[in-house]
Amino acid sequence: MSSQSVIEISNLAKTYGSGLEALKPINLEIRKGEIFALLGPNGAGKTTLIGIVCGIVTPSAGTAKVEGYDVVRDARAARYRIGLVPQELTVDMFETVWATVNFSRGLFGCPPNPEYVEKVLRDLSLWEKRADKIMSLSGGMKRRVLIAKALSHEPSVLFLDEPSAGVDVQLRRDMWQTVRRLRESGVTIVLTTHYIEEAEDMADRIAVISKGELIVVEDKATLMQKLGNKRLSLQLLEPLSALPAELSEWNLGLAAEGMQLHYSFEAGESPSALSEFLARIRELGIGFTDLDTHEKSLEEIFVSLVGDKQ
Amino acid sequence: MSQPQATPTRTLRFNRHGVWAIYKFELARALRTIWQSLATPVITTSLYFVVFCAAIGSRMPSDTGVSYGAFILPGLMMLSLLTQSISNASFGIYLPKFTGTIYEILSAPVSPLEIIVAYVGAAATKSVVVGVVILATAAAFMPIEVLHPIWMVSFLLLTAITFSLFGFIIGLWAKNFEQLQFIPMLVITPLTFLGGAFYSIDMLPSVWRTVTLFNPVVYLISGFRWSFYGTADIAIQTSLAITMAIFALALAVIVWIFKTGYRLKS
Ligand SMILES: Nc1ncnc2c1ncn2[C@@H]1O[C@H](COP(=O)(O)OP(=O)(O)OP(=O)(O)O)[C@@H](O)[C@H]1O
Ligand SMILES: [Mg+2]
Repeated sequence: MSSQSVIEISNLAKTYGSGLEALKPINLEIRKGEIFALLGPNGAGKTTLIGIVCGIVTPSAGTAKVEGYDVVRDARAARYRIGLVPQELTVDMFETVWATVNFSRGLFGCPPNPEYVEKVLRDLSLWEKRADKIMSLSGGMKRRVLIAKALSHEPSVLFLDEPSAGVDVQLRRDMWQTVRRLRESGVTIVLTTHYIEEAEDMADRIAVISKGELIVVEDKATLMQKLGNKRLSLQLLEPLSALPAELSEWNLGLAAEGMQLHYSFEAGESPSALSEFLARIRELGIGFTDLDTHEKSLEEIFVSLVGDKQ
Repeated sequence: MSQPQATPTRTLRFNRHGVWAIYKFELARALRTIWQSLATPVITTSLYFVVFCAAIGSRMPSDTGVSYGAFILPGLMMLSLLTQSISNASFGIYLPKFTGTIYEILSAPVSPLEIIVAYVGAAATKSVVVGVVILATAAAFMPIEVLHPIWMVSFLLLTAITFSLFGFIIGLWAKNFEQLQFIPMLVITPLTFLGGAFYSIDMLPSVWRTVTLFNPVVYLISGFRWSFYGTADIAIQTSLAITMAIFALALAVIVWIFKTGYRLKS
């Protein structure tokens, strides 16, 4: 494995006590200093995967290492390095912001450092609220508190499990600002999200997980390219019942009961690809009434990936 | 943010900052309700003294050589110590399970041993404070003498720690608040009332005395009373041995629970 990897996951699997196979054997490597986005529908196994690496869920098989430390056998060494922002808003309602963040710092074995905690709170715009009881904060503020707790012990890997759920646009922007700053300081960030544009904006690499299986792990740019980031749609004169064999060399799909022909291609692939395709269509005598091209978003890629699997 | 770096503490064998954080957190939780926590034992103790000593005590035979008030004081302290230790420790670990904040403890670099030391230490501290408050309240009603103060403190600590361990186990095991209340209410209180807190077991008919000897609380109370007055229903060595045995049992159960994956993780 490369010296650049921070998290190494090999053949990691989880079957819950109920018999549910939440994670099929997974192999994954997360690199130092990257923002890694984990996408997948509800129940795909994202939280389970994060839970295992953070020591909350016991793996059924396989191993996970953080900076070379096995999360089960060298649990202590691995955990010092990890900060976790959980999916659920679980905070001690009766504590003050200041007390709870300092509690987290101590829990993770760090000596008190008020200056550092102050800096974390200021970065998250929580400093004014430091003496407030957590129950008096809004939901978005509570999520910031969870982030502050996760950063309190200066982790080198930060897990954010759906950090933008229930968070307004302003806070989301602030949060991503913070995440980028953290990345610049060398912190590796693993996040899950259901907002695909967020992954598109933020992530360096993307993994798609569905029904406990990793469907794809790819650089964001490569992923968008590989799956064809442009699409030509032809509105046909007459429906096609199947794709003509003569067109097998192109990446095609039929929709709208055979009335639409989709051709996925890459913008920079070959300048003449589009005209060659259209020439071939004419040769085959396939008539069409309308055409348009369209840039695929990550969301469409995601939906098609997960759809294929089902 | 500053560049994260491995500080020397990250290689320490014992996470003392972590233990201290949990311990402080637990005491802070008690301090938030300090008046309820302390008012209850003070009022209950006063009531016991008024009812048992003034109203009933004068009719109790006092062949133990001490006044009835003095006789029941160690039992009252034990009663509070047992129930407080169990409820403090069981709530301490049950609450984060209930609210979900346990995720942080589970993901932190604290070992099961450190978690136990922190929670049990905090629970035992709180119940010892309550015990001392009861002693002070009793001092308002009568002069207090302690013949073997070192033994008294030892029994106090050992019992507080032992039953905080049991409380911790109950908190781990409980799936709802009813289960949490169940053991203190249905097991500990009867065992204490029938354990010679309010009477000398010598006063019982011999059949019942034999039955009573199966009640472990009898030995705790008897030993504790001996440390006050130098007299007891049961030989001090026996009391001490049984107290230690209960402590060992609590430890063994905890070790077993953690060895077999301790109902906190899925
Ligand atoms: N403690 C548990 N016991 C039994 N099954 C569980 C447990 N936790 C999760 N599961 C199941 O495992 C599967 C994966 O759950 P997980 O929480 O990892 O999904 P997720 O990808 O995080 O979903 P979401 O997007 O909804 O957060 C689900 O089917 C879920 O019901
Ligand atoms: Mg989840």
